[in-house]
Amino acid sequence: MATLELRNVHKTYGAGLPDTLKDIQLAIKDGEFLILVGPSGCGKSTLMNCIAGLESISGGAILIDDEDVSGMSPKDRDIAMVFQSYALYPTMNVRDNIAFGLKIRKMPQAAIDEEVARVAKLLQIEHLLERKPGQLSGGQQQRVAMGRALARRPKIYLFDEPLSNLDAKLRVEMRTEIKLMHQRLKTTTVYVTHDQIEAMTLGDKVAVMKDGIIQQFGTPQQIYNDPANLFVASFIGSPPMNFIPVRLTKQDGRVLALLDSGQARCELPLGVAADELEGREIILGVRPEQITLGAEQGNGLPGIRAEVQVTEPTGPDLLVFVTLNQTKVCCRLAPDVACRVGDSLNLQFDPARVLLFDAGSGERLDLAATAVKDNVTRFKGR
Amino acid sequence: MTSLTDKPALNLSRIAIHAVLLLAVLLYLVPLVVMLLTSFKTPEDIGSGNLLSWPTAFTAIGWSKAWATVSGYFVNSILITVPAVLISTAIGALNGYVLSMWRFRGSQLFFGLLLFGCFLPFQTVLLPASFTLGKLGLASTTSGLVLVHVVYGLAFTTLFFRNYYVSIPEALVKAARLDGAGFFTIFGRIILPMSTPIIMVCLIWQFTQIWNDFLFGVVFSSGDSQPITVALNNLVNTSTGAKEYNVDMAAAMIAGLPTLLVYVVAGKYFVRGLTAGAVKG
Repeated sequence: MATLELRNVHKTYGAGLPDTLKDIQLAIKDGEFLILVGPSGCGKSTLMNCIAGLESISGGAILIDDEDVSGMSPKDRDIAMVFQSYALYPTMNVRDNIAFGLKIRKMPQAAIDEEVARVAKLLQIEHLLERKPGQLSGGQQQRVAMGRALARRPKIYLFDEPLSNLDAKLRVEMRTEIKLMHQRLKTTTVYVTHDQIEAMTLGDKVAVMKDGIIQQFGTPQQIYNDPANLFVASFIGSPPMNFIPVRLTKQDGRVLALLDSGQARCELPLGVAADELEGREIILGVRPEQITLGAEQGNGLPGIRAEVQVTEPTGPDLLVFVTLNQTKVCCRLAPDVACRVGDSLNLQFDPARVLLFDAGSGERLDLAATAVKDNVTRFKGR
Repeated sequence: MTSLTDKPALNLSRIAIHAVLLLAVLLYLVPLVVMLLTSFKTPEDIGSGNLLSWPTAFTAIGWSKAWATVSGYFVNSILITVPAVLISTAIGALNGYVLSMWRFRGSQLFFGLLLFGCFLPFQTVLLPASFTLGKLGLASTTSGLVLVHVVYGLAFTTLFFRNYYVSIPEALVKAARLDGAGFFTIFGRIILPMSTPIIMVCLIWQFTQIWNDFLFGVVFSSGDSQPITVALNNLVNTSTGAKEYNVDMAAAMIAGLPTLLVYVVAGKYFVRGLTAGAVKG
């Protein structure tokens, strides 16, 4: 049970080399589940190794329960870790694998037996205790690796892409189980993954990383609904958010984004002051599920007719691809929508949920959220 | 059902292959057979008959004489080989562990330089080694020979263990560190138990090298501290008195037996261990 705080953590492998971690700043409360997510090479595993003490940091501080542990060796930090490769000791059986850390810490044998039994029961691996890791399936090895981490009752659990070696079905099962485990044990957890679904489903807090920098730190909902920049917006969500480059026009003091599907045009009112956007290239960010099929009677939302180019029925959804402003745009529609390639659909956008990004910097333009609402009301009133 | 071997043409080629193989086997076995037969002959028998003839009477007199002559040196060889093999293997294992799991700045360069040791011919180290042994007061002693063999063997043993350990995932060491284990605990409890094949390779290799060594033995020992290879050479090369070929042959067999024994006992690990180190996934 512990809080974890990273203060300006900095890591480089040598002068002149690019920084691996830059000014990492985040804090999580006791019992929270933190996800570090990002593409490979973004520094998330390095950051985890730094938290574990397996790698030293070049600057800043790591605090566990408000105590600076930056200089401590891994064993003194009271942390347990589950590795992507499981890292089970191959010459020991499951029982000894789980008990190893307890033996090293000189726990009395009776207590060790009790602890192993507790963990084995929790993870339903009691029947495997006498087996060697080589005799276990991937999923079983995964459980044993978790058991080894659970046995010590550490302050913090670290998971380093624990599910990426499992097949798709098992991965989903284990994901739920990890979540269940965390709900029961309420131990502070840091979880590294490159899978944005794991990030969304497991985390209390998510830190999206790229190039050694935390791009955004927040709850999964904040990350999904309020991405800080183009990278976060494109990384989280599947199918990914659509990015449509738009031209802006001014009309009656309001700013309109022009959409062109080749067969129709539409003006999308944006809730920002005109002069803020003067002369800037803007990218419109729309999640596939935010594009809806136009109702028979107008509901007041702006819409555009566009030709269906590809359809991908996934089962629960129908993904429809159209072209807007020479960009492929994915729309997530109900599976019972009857449409074929070549059909023309009336697609609607909710201007209140559309995001704006600066094409140059990739930063989100989060200007006056209230103004958007005003605009919509005005639009509806028209 | 007709299998391939039923066809006469193939049968013929098969016979040819086996004939050639059998010939090769005989060719390779002849020296051994001659040695064995000669060692059981009486000196008169050797003088009268040809090399390949069957002994008129089997006698172990050659073996008992040979053992009486070389037994002291046989013990010397054991006293040199066993500690030298064990020490060089132990240090090599530790070196390999550090060079693969606990890399330090410059460890790759260190390893690279260490590899030069594998390519150095024996002859080049004779003078420096004898100088060092003299300074240490170990000249012409069994301990001195042990030291030379350990130092010379380290390059090989380190190479073996380092290449074997490189294929072990580093996460194992990380996991053990988080479990609270230290440098030696990880080595002793996790890494060493996984090392049986490469330990066997190392033991066989070092045993063969050190037991069969003649050059270091003849240079760095004298009189009673000589290993069996040197004693055998002295025995065979004596120019005084009648040549006792039966004794020579028996002594040569005695000198060769331990390596043979090591291969028989641990040989199955040899290929397995070598390839485990070489074929990195």
